[in-house]
Amino acid sequence: MDAKRNSQPSPMKNRTAVERKSERELVVSRIINAPPHIVFEAWTKADLFQRWWVPKSLGLTLLSCELDVRVGGVYRLVFRHPAAPEGMAFHGRYLEVVPPSRLVWTNEEAGDNGQVTTVTFEERADNRTLLVMHDLYPSKEALDVGSGSTDGMDETFNQLDELLAGPGADDVDSIAARSS
Amino acid sequence: MVQSIGTRLDASFAALSDPTRRGVLEQLGRADASITVLAEKFRMTLTGMKKHVGVLEQAGLVTTEKVGRVRTCRLGLRRLEDEVTWIERYRQLWDARFDELDGVVEELKRKERVDGRKKK
Repeated sequence: MDAKRNSQPSPMKNRTAVERKSERELVVSRIINAPPHIVFEAWTKADLFQRWWVPKSLGLTLLSCELDVRVGGVYRLVFRHPAAPEGMAFHGRYLEVVPPSRLVWTNEEAGDNGQVTTVTFEERADNRTLLVMHDLYPSKEALDVGSGSTDGMDETFNQLDELLAGPGADDVDSIAARSS
Repeated sequence: MVQSIGTRLDASFAALSDPTRRGVLEQLGRADASITVLAEKFRMTLTGMKKHVGVLEQAGLVTTEKVGRVRTCRLGLRRLEDEVTWIERYRQLWDARFDELDGVVEELKRKERVDGRKKK
């Protein structure tokens, strides 16, 4: 029992791993210091989800976040970015909802090239969760384009990439400079 | 341009999946080398090494130049950087998200502990 008490969640942060599993698959994984039902809650309640999906460091504003988490239910996220003041929408449909272990949804903003995302929450020792997010693209080309930039989500990722590459006050300036 | 980065990434991932080819890249990172020298270093036939270099060349990770009877290989460094950059940036995006998620789940855990105590 005493041993248990020592296993306080360590302040050390866990490592995020990204792997291109095959020409159509991209996998992101990370250990989260909370049991699956808590992590699942953070992924399925809109008020919680919007607090972490758009990290403050990205410089994006989330305009709206609607998650109808049930099989066939629709989600829609709208962001604003200095380079896209009119807003950018991510949307799709939940294909599987299995609390607290599994979520599957489509990504429809890129039309037929959208990937299907599967997130699994696996219980681990010490009340932790192994989170695995698996993106399966309809074709190798779709992932190639997705990992580069075209419309919708890809564009967003590209902008996120730029922001991540150079966070700070000069982001807006550099974007303005590029579009001028 | 964007498309070609994607296609290149694919070829690069295939090229990097083999330990000998990763070794060759490492070797060329130190100095340019001929196929003969590489074949000797990796204890391979010339034909075998030519194949590996061919894959790396197609992926744009290596360039070769034939002068007289010697084919010299050097790194196509720029492309390897693209590769690492893309996947690393994607990882950073998720890392930033998960860091925020950590904060949210800590709060939920605290709340659950308090609620649990109230119920008792």
